Amino acid sequence: MKITKQEVDHVALLARLKFGETEKERFTTQLNTILEYMDKLKELDTTQVEPTFHALARTNVLREDQVLSSNPQDLSLSNAPDVDRGFFRVPKIIE
Amino acid sequence: MKLYEMTAHQLHDLLARREVTSREITESVLKRIEDVEGRIHAFLTLTPEMALEQASAADARIQKGDQEALTGIPLAIKDVICTRGVRTTCGSHILDNFIPPYDATVTEKLRAAGAVFVGKTNMDEFAMGSSTENSYFGPSRNPWSLERIPGGSSGGSAAAVAADECIVSLGSDTGGSIRQPAACCGVVGMKPTYGRVSRYGLVAFASSLDQIGPFSRDVRDTALVLNVIAGHEPRDSTSVDLPVPDYTHALVDDVRGMVLGVPRETSAEGIDPQVAQSVEEAIAVLKKMGARIVEVSLPHSSYALAVYYIIAPCEASSNLARYDGVKYGFRAGGTQDLLDMYQETRWQGFGAEVKRRIMLGTYALSAGYYDAYYLKASRVRTLIRRDFEAAFEKCEAILLPTAPTPAFKIGEKVDDPLQMYLSDILTIPCNLAGLPGLSLPCGFSQEGLPIGLQILGNLFQEEKILRVAYAFEKNTEHHRRKPGL
Repeated sequence: MKITKQEVDHVALLARLKFGETEKERFTTQLNTILEYMDKLKELDTTQVEPTFHALARTNVLREDQVLSSNPQDLSLSNAPDVDRGFFRVPKIIE
Repeated sequence: MKLYEMTAHQLHDLLARREVTSREITESVLKRIEDVEGRIHAFLTLTPEMALEQASAADARIQKGDQEALTGIPLAIKDVICTRGVRTTCGSHILDNFIPPYDATVTEKLRAAGAVFVGKTNMDEFAMGSSTENSYFGPSRNPWSLERIPGGSSGGSAAAVAADECIVSLGSDTGGSIRQPAACCGVVGMKPTYGRVSRYGLVAFASSLDQIGPFSRDVRDTALVLNVIAGHEPRDSTSVDLPVPDYTHALVDDVRGMVLGVPRETSAEGIDPQVAQSVEEAIAVLKKMGARIVEVSLPHSSYALAVYYIIAPCEASSNLARYDGVKYGFRAGGTQDLLDMYQETRWQGFGAEVKRRIMLGTYALSAGYYDAYYLKASRVRTLIRRDFEAAFEKCEAILLPTAPTPAFKIGEKVDDPLQMYLSDILTIPCNLAGLPGLSLPCGFSQEGLPIGLQILGNLFQEEKILRVAYAFEKNTEHHRRKPGL
């Protein structure tokens, strides 16, 4: 077992997901199968190999700090599920 | 030949000679959609009114002598690319009411070119899948065999072109999502070099791999669409500031003296014998036409799938954190506090495959596992990139099958994620290395299902790929066959 049901619970919380019991069972099995397949990579010695995070090695694309037009407030809020006086409204955060 | 069956360049010529109007073409395509869409389900949203308006505007432009290559041509856009004012769902419940307030760069460019938008196409949720079965709205069907998948994730875009429901379309390719459905549906599909096309307004899945590209019925149309969408754009800082050639200049019916590589490892990877045979025949055709065929080696390609299914979910788990039920999209009701709202919204809003990948990515990036998974995969990604660097010292383009099998049946692989992932085994290495790749029809199975030949090029060598593809197409008849719908 690569990942236990307890770990699935922990990762689900980190990812802001949740699962029912049967779903969790199924996910744990599937994740284990996939993670076992990933073990293939251990066959390779990569201690001397630099990682590739991007296919084209580009860093720090710089530009002038200019004021450009952007979406107006009402348009930016137009897809929000709950809006109040120009703000996004969310459930209570602080007790 | 009906208008809806033609290619963009054929229609362009008819429009230029004033033998037909864009309105007539658009009406022909809309009628075709009415006739076959019930069987195919290529679209999530149809925009006939906008299409007719754009067609009239295109006709007015053409009257004034202001005609570009795609002016007045009806096309479809994958529902992961933002279209101002038109619902963009990514095939997901969590975005099923999302109306983008802005256009993606490619959408903007196509509008400016005078193209006609007939609708948004179906896809695996957030482009995660190889069959469209992960769409919240149900799968699309393969026009060649309705009980089979059209491939994925851009299955709707491929099926729409194959079923003549549009002339060309756009898809996105993160691990094969343009090339594999193109192969399954018997059309041309191209993933340009990473950075060739701006990703601004493409809803992000795995940002170091995603790239937008065209589907079409022949290679010339692919070049024409690429001409419009390619180019640097400051809103995508990873788009590359290199001049865009006129890709139609690469369409030369001559491969004499070109050196084409065939990877030795391909035969070892569980390829369906009919696929292997068609691709061998295609290689023989190119050889007969004067290309020099050499063996190349990509020794780390068997690790590509494992690398991809670590890197792509890691990037996805980060990219998809934005769906929190606050700024846009679905929010679950009846929740108690903020954490509960986040979890309920994401649990109800995402489908199983998306949740699986978010979980995989979050796990692989979490404390204690980062080195073993994400960092390890990124190091092996370097080895895969170097394999290609070495191969392209010996050849100008690489030939291999696009998908290991022809289109499989709907439902055949839904319960086994790893089996589904294996559909991408031949397309993934190209994304990891950022290379351009194209799939075009090279044969049919005994059951009459299309088989795709994949052509890979070195970084920004789209022209070499297009030249090989064009010459192959000119000397074969596979692309002329149509599904009997």
